[in-house]
Amino acid sequence: MAQNESEIRYLTPPTVEVKKKKYCRFKKNRIKYIDYKDPEFLKKFLNDQGKILPRRITGTSLKYQRKVAKSIKRARHIALLPYVTDLLK
Amino acid sequence: MRAKIIKLITEKTMLNQYETVFIATPVLSENQMKEAVQKFKKIITENEGDIVHEENWGLKKLAYPIQKKSTGFYYLIEFKGEGSLVEKLEVQYRRDERIIRFLTFRMEKFAIEYAEKKRKQKESGKTKEE
Repeated sequence: MAQNESEIRYLTPPTVEVKKKKYCRFKKNRIKYIDYKDPEFLKKFLNDQGKILPRRITGTSLKYQRKVAKSIKRARHIALLPYVTDLLK
Repeated sequence: MRAKIIKLITEKTMLNQYETVFIATPVLSENQMKEAVQKFKKIITENEGDIVHEENWGLKKLAYPIQKKSTGFYYLIEFKGEGSLVEKLEVQYRRDERIIRFLTFRMEKFAIEYAEKKRKQKESGKTKEE
């Protein structure tokens, strides 16, 4: 059986995706406090509509995702970041 | 040394540290703005609050219009005090027509560390420039 499987030949060699492992930038850089006063930094966690990006895209750990969300919400309240927009970046 | 003393005091009295930012209307003159800042600082000090730090961000563009205004004067105050002081301060913010937006929150220990570090960096940067 095992031999048969190894004999399978592909017309085009299958592309093996090398997944780049996501990591939490706050854990890596030992950032403990996320400042709401720095909108340029917070924009990294927003899409171009100004929505907060999910963890599965940014790779942020849950602990820091909560903090990011809080900081973004504070920045929005104090008009450093928009609530709704188009073409943020 | 000073930071140590401050830390000791906070541990003893267990007062929370708060950060408050307000946005004043851009129609104010510089003196009127100063007057407004004085007023709120007075409210804090009169209610046994201790101003740790203050920062004037000046006139800034708002990310979205508030009360049909697209700019505003930002001012930040960090202070230590009782929780009841925050309530009093916010009541005054709401009553004041000059204030179009405000934000007050308790600083957690990392926030305090971060703020202190930032201030020190600023200070050392200044002395280097001089």
